Amino acid sequence: MKLSLGPVLFYWDRMRLMDFYADMASQPLDVMYLGETVCSKRRALSLDDWLGLARELKECSGAELVLSGLALIEAASELSSLRRLCENGELKVEANDMGAVHYLAERGVPFVAGPALNLYNAYAVAELMACGMTRWVPPVECSGALIKAVGEQLDELGMTRPEIEVFAYGHLPLAYSARCFTARAENRPKDDCEFCCQNYPEGIPLLSQEGQALFTLNGIQTMSAAVSNLLADYPSVQAAGADLLRLSPRAEGMAECIQRFDAVRRGDAPPLAVEGCNGYWHGRPGMLRAEEAGLC
Amino acid sequence: MQLVCPAGSLPALKAAVRQGADAIYVGFRDDTNARHFAGLNLDEKQLESGLSLIRQHGRHLYMAVNTYARPDGWSRWQRAVDQAADLGVDALIAADSGVLAYASRRHPDLNLHLSVQGSATNAAALSFYHERYGIRRAVLPRVLSLAQVRQVATKSPVPVEVFAFGSLCIMAEGRCHLSSYITGESPNLCGVCSPAKAVRWSEEPEGLTSRLNDVLIDRYGEGEAAGYPTLCKGRFQVNGQRFHALEEPTSLNTLDLIPELVQIGVAAVKIEGRQRSPAYVERVTQVWREALDAYRRAPSVFSVQPQWRRALEGLSEGSQTTLGAYHRSWQ
Repeated sequence: MKLSLGPVLFYWDRMRLMDFYADMASQPLDVMYLGETVCSKRRALSLDDWLGLARELKECSGAELVLSGLALIEAASELSSLRRLCENGELKVEANDMGAVHYLAERGVPFVAGPALNLYNAYAVAELMACGMTRWVPPVECSGALIKAVGEQLDELGMTRPEIEVFAYGHLPLAYSARCFTARAENRPKDDCEFCCQNYPEGIPLLSQEGQALFTLNGIQTMSAAVSNLLADYPSVQAAGADLLRLSPRAEGMAECIQRFDAVRRGDAPPLAVEGCNGYWHGRPGMLRAEEAGLC
Repeated sequence: MQLVCPAGSLPALKAAVRQGADAIYVGFRDDTNARHFAGLNLDEKQLESGLSLIRQHGRHLYMAVNTYARPDGWSRWQRAVDQAADLGVDALIAADSGVLAYASRRHPDLNLHLSVQGSATNAAALSFYHERYGIRRAVLPRVLSLAQVRQVATKSPVPVEVFAFGSLCIMAEGRCHLSSYITGESPNLCGVCSPAKAVRWSEEPEGLTSRLNDVLIDRYGEGEAAGYPTLCKGRFQVNGQRFHALEEPTSLNTLDLIPELVQIGVAAVKIEGRQRSPAYVERVTQVWREALDAYRRAPSVFSVQPQWRRALEGLSEGSQTTLGAYHRSWQ
């Protein structure tokens, strides 16, 4: 099983990003996804900066480096940036919008289909494989049973399976909007947001009126309040056919998180229970925690 | 500019025809369509009778097979596509690449529209669906400003359809898992958002309370209008403040934008609401027909009539309407 580090979904400043990746370079990671996937206004690093960072990381880490594209493309300027990203000529790209798939297919380069693309069955997966997709990150709401069934359906169709990468740790990206909810929470117009999301390195918690944590506001993205954690489900994730586990960056404690997953993939027994939610994996509401995996 | 109206039942379809809809969109009675609610949608006999009425009046019938197929249910989606083609619908509205591929190969003459659930917000994504599946129209998600609709429409390889009136999805359609995160059922896979079976209303000491799978969505004070507990329209706490953190209960209404939408070259405007009553469909279709005809007769003197506005506000969620993302300041 390979371990991957997903793109940073929050808006961190340049210094914080550089420190973070310096720290990550020595971690037992097989793949690192770089780039901005949430908001085109976040420009702590330009495309050239990301490519430069990738070159540095290549020197000091054995990980494969992939450049992730924006998920919601609205403005013409965003589309041309996406095109430049797809034509970077150096790094493999993770497509998070069909616009990116269009550009990558035109160029005939292999790509990763990110979790923001709606691929839920083998026929859809086969369509994107015909366009060059080599790795599939299923939408975060997919259950283990669904992912396993897609693999089997591909086998029945006589198709080679793509690599399958499961979102295994972190706040789940759940929705994208034209509206910036962080700016709304601060009573600022989106066009004059003053990058207020930078003040929230792990987003803003949204609670019910009874104080139950429901979501995390992260600019135009709404995420889960709970951190998804499939470490205790490792055997069933493996049995479902996953080739990679995606760990999504958090503001603190990523090195320890990676090491815990690394120990299990190297043969340590998975913990019986962990903090965080895993409902989606078990085909239940995503917010839930199924304590004993075997009982769901 | 065509007027495309919803029908979740035969009486609603008849109402839409009566009031002058150019096209009516419907779905089958299963999870292949994104309005899969109990007691809703048309059976085979009703579809045939609806289609014959539509043909008599020279209108069009569109069939929405617009959810994403699960591997174990693939044959259901396949059958829905075949049934739509056999019925002779004027267009199939679909989102799933697998479904589009099947439809375009098996039924090359079937007119394909990309569903809003396909979440294509830009010309490159539309080119993908056009080149690969030969789609002939696309419904744009409700996330674009009017200037962005213009840009996309100008560069799109196919005509575009936009939402004109009805419930306001504030997330990019097809890219929202809020409902499945709380209830286990999502628009993409189950054709429902904030499903009715997960809704619970209760009178509590703090006031009338709505819950979705036990999660508190809102509490209402005396005299406050209570709305359906859709997750994105709830009142929550953020940074110590209680407010509609995502959106107020409100409906999209774009009567004011008719001149711009026509000028942009938008092919069709769509009314949301297959889950709404025949009376609702009747009234909304009537108002929109009048407005579009008034514009066509005399574009230079077009103005939104107060009675149209009143009629639509009376039918809107929270009696409020908004231009939504079309108006940049909403974002």
